[in-house]
Amino acid sequence: SCINMIRFILIQNRAGKTRLAKWYMQFDDDEKQKLIEEVHAVVTVRDAKHTNFVEFRNFKIVYRRYAGLYFCICVDVTDNNLAYLEAIHNFVEVLNEYFHNVCELDLVFNFYKVYTVVDEMFLAGEIRETSQTKVIQQLLMLQNLE
Amino acid sequence: TVSSRGDAMRGLAVFISDIRNCKSKEAESKRINKELANIRSKFKGDKTLDGYSKKKYVCKLLFIFLLGHDIDFGHMEAVNLLSSNKYTEKQIGYLFISVLVSSNSDLMKLIIQNIKNDISSPKPVHVNLALHCIANIGSVEMSEAFGQEVPKLLVSAHASASVKQSAALCLLRLIRTLPEAMTYAEWASRVIHLLNDQHMWLTAATSLIHTLSQLSPGDYKGCVSLAVSRLSRIVTSTYTDLQDYTYYFVPAPWLSVKLLRLLQCYPVPEEPAVRGRLVECLETILNKCQEPPKSKKVQHSNSKNAVLFEAINLIIHIDSEPNLLVRACNQLGQFLQHRETNLRYLALESMCLLAGSEFSADAVKKHRETVINALKTERDVSVRQRAVDLLYAMCDKTNSEEIVAEMLAYLKKADYAIREEMVLKVAILSEKYASDYTWYVDTILKLIRVAGDYVSEEVWHRVIQIVINRDDAQGYAAKTVFENLQAPACHENMVKVGGYILGEFGNLIAGDERSSPLVQFNLLHSKFHLCTPSTRALLLSTYIKFINLFPEIKPTIQNVLQNNNQLRNADVELQQRALEYSQLSSITSQDVLATVLEEMPPFPERESSILAKLKKKKPASVQVSLRIFGVKIVILSTNDNVTSSFFSTVNNSNIEAGMVQLYLAYIQCCFLPIIIELLSKDLDNKNNIFAHCFLVFMFKNSGVLFENALIQVGVKCEFKEQYGRVGLFFGNKTGNQLQNFAAAVSLGPEHQGKINVATQKEPPSQIDGGAQVQHFINLECISMFSGSPNLQLRYQHSSAPQQVTLKLPVIINKFMEGVDMNSGDFFSRWKQLGQPTQETQKIFQARHPIDTEAARTKLTGFGMCALTNVDPNPENLVGSGIIKTKTSQIGCLLRLEPNKQAKMYRLTVRSSVGEAAALICSMLEEHF
Repeated sequence: SCINMIRFILIQNRAGKTRLAKWYMQFDDDEKQKLIEEVHAVVTVRDAKHTNFVEFRNFKIVYRRYAGLYFCICVDVTDNNLAYLEAIHNFVEVLNEYFHNVCELDLVFNFYKVYTVVDEMFLAGEIRETSQTKVIQQLLMLQNLE
Repeated sequence: TVSSRGDAMRGLAVFISDIRNCKSKEAESKRINKELANIRSKFKGDKTLDGYSKKKYVCKLLFIFLLGHDIDFGHMEAVNLLSSNKYTEKQIGYLFISVLVSSNSDLMKLIIQNIKNDISSPKPVHVNLALHCIANIGSVEMSEAFGQEVPKLLVSAHASASVKQSAALCLLRLIRTLPEAMTYAEWASRVIHLLNDQHMWLTAATSLIHTLSQLSPGDYKGCVSLAVSRLSRIVTSTYTDLQDYTYYFVPAPWLSVKLLRLLQCYPVPEEPAVRGRLVECLETILNKCQEPPKSKKVQHSNSKNAVLFEAINLIIHIDSEPNLLVRACNQLGQFLQHRETNLRYLALESMCLLAGSEFSADAVKKHRETVINALKTERDVSVRQRAVDLLYAMCDKTNSEEIVAEMLAYLKKADYAIREEMVLKVAILSEKYASDYTWYVDTILKLIRVAGDYVSEEVWHRVIQIVINRDDAQGYAAKTVFENLQAPACHENMVKVGGYILGEFGNLIAGDERSSPLVQFNLLHSKFHLCTPSTRALLLSTYIKFINLFPEIKPTIQNVLQNNNQLRNADVELQQRALEYSQLSSITSQDVLATVLEEMPPFPERESSILAKLKKKKPASVQVSLRIFGVKIVILSTNDNVTSSFFSTVNNSNIEAGMVQLYLAYIQCCFLPIIIELLSKDLDNKNNIFAHCFLVFMFKNSGVLFENALIQVGVKCEFKEQYGRVGLFFGNKTGNQLQNFAAAVSLGPEHQGKINVATQKEPPSQIDGGAQVQHFINLECISMFSGSPNLQLRYQHSSAPQQVTLKLPVIINKFMEGVDMNSGDFFSRWKQLGQPTQETQKIFQARHPIDTEAARTKLTGFGMCALTNVDPNPENLVGSGIIKTKTSQIGCLLRLEPNKQAKMYRLTVRSSVGEAAALICSMLEEHF
């Protein structure tokens, strides 16, 4: 039947280095590596005149570029493009606030915290919490725990 | 900008810096190996490590793994972190496990035990870590261990909103992994009522309810009215009302989208109040798009439009609100010219769906110019692709020439990736809307000229089939292929088509000396040496056909056949053909030759293989139509399982079985949006196929009874006691008048004296183009009958008389009325009807999944009362009804007993009249 969910979330830089990979489907390690390379090849050739959506295998990638980083969400073809495009932006605004003007290096050095931010906002391939205020409150509360 | 917060692990930051400073891969590997050795020695050392160090080392291992290196130790230390009381240590432990531990690990038992402890912890943050770990791993083992626990958290009175959010999605993951992990009905009511929760955390809950509704629609249908009220509160709120959940002045956009998607799981609500409220919501959403924007930021318009597009999807799903459909179309029309590429793309995509609705199809067609322009000017290939899709969807008789011409023009410079699909589309449209076969032939030949490499076998086979079947196209086709072959460089597919058509119909142009037999032969043979063996083989067959058509060039052709290039060709197929054809032409008489090589008989009208191919390429396409035995079948389906199993059966050429399957799917689940239209000129020979589709009317009283290219017959019946009233609606689909129209019910000998028929209102004898006329018939059932009476239609179109015989949906069960009774009454009557002649029993394989609710619905549709609390075994279905005829009333009792293990049913029918029991039993046995 028609399952609509996020299949994976990837953050990559222009050189193709992965800064976050979150998988919501079972893929083996080789397959993951292949997906990472394919996504990079697909999105980096596109420019500002292109849409933020691109067909990808049997799915589609909704993506947005922020400076040198590509934020990509892989969803089903019938899913709502703009809702996921703004979900990306919402996520980026949270990262920006949490890391005080986030940059690529923050994601590298704090990779284990980025996973926490993701799990607050996305879980099991679905959108979990959308309120930036609520997410930041929760993250700050966790931050202060030992 | 290394984080300087309190929990930072300095050693980790130093290590990461070291790695980043490595100048080469070798240096990096060296540094990593050094670190791995260090960590290994720490883990093995005598000194017990404190929690902080353990956390730091586990985190370093994780980092190394994420760089792409294998990690074969540290798992146990990670599991140890789970039992720490400190959040930060637990978090790293869970993270390591989620990323690195495979579901078949030996440690899984230990991990599950730790999760069990945390899930029942009084600290919400620990509960959430545990829930996130379950959701991230999501294995079958997890589903079995926690499938019963997680729902409790979800509906608990004490759990925080944050825990409930996680629990909802955790449960969703477990259900996707193992659908039987949860008992749906038990939780339904409480889960649905989450939609009433005053907190706005509901996006997660709505996703869960969406999936539950797909799995168990009956249990969760109560969510519809709650979802509508929730949606209504959001869309009518101002952006200040929802504070935290307002995103760039748009109130709760993601929740709105989820609610709108949830509502697409169900048919439009029947309750007028709910339906009215839903329509209001959709209107409000459309209205908001006309208001001036509250912000210039793209985030504002994107989130507003995310809601709008989902609302349009719902409007299309409802497909019964013409006003909304047309408004949606106008809104999308504005987007077609928007400066944002995203919006243009999405508008094209969404309009493609609107083109399929009868209410908005015309509104879509108004945008033809804009869409054609998009095809020419868009920079993004995916936008152009959507424009092609939309042109295909909006194509009809009136605009097909223009659209096909534009598509052909675009094909020349189209991206390679989409050429093959475009070729298929052009081929389908030109066949479908060909009013003039010269246009069709021109189009396909042009297709081969501009995109020969992308013209698949199906396409060039099809043009040949059509030319062979159409006398009026043959001369023109021969002339045109001949002209095309004269081009200095022509595509091999053109040679194939040309060779085949000239071999059959070259004689039609041979009178002109410019295309005399010898000229034709020389032209073809000039291409021969450049072609692949398969084309050469085809040409050899053309040559032998020429020997029959044009005896005057026989010696020339025999020379070619007997040439060593052919007779000793390394390709066995070519060698054999040359040898056999050469022998055939030298030893047989002209008569024998003429018989063997006579013109090909018309091809049986089978499915268009092109459509099947397009369908394969585009599994998401909504409409499929194909021809089988001259019967055109249009399937509108969003259910891929049904269509694909249908196609695979048909492709294995068991068409009969394919039809049965499709028809079964149709009657089994009325909620599946499948529509089968059957169109045929020659109905009587296809009775077996039509009979299957006709049976649908056993359970319903209205629908399309028949349709062909000229006429559509709709039916609407009402029955009360022994009386019936049948309304027939005849729609003229053509632009011309149908003349000498007559419709008459004819009773065969088996119905004489058993049914009385009186026409209440005659249809007129002419039906104007595009008009619909009505015909009402009154019936009375005098005594029991089997089968159904026939309806004969006669009319003239373009002075050609047409005749169609249909079955009227007047079946004995229509005169049955359900009788409600209690258990005592039922069984005492059951016993009274105990004689062997009064009972018919059948034991058969279940044709559908055994589902008591579905069987009950079917029985009620059949006309019986499905009795509850009567049979001691709740799995059994019992029913009772009375067939009311003028001369007698026949009581019928029914009992249906499933055997779930064996997937069998036992159906027993008892009746005061033995034949009635036998008849009902035979009518019903195929339907469970």
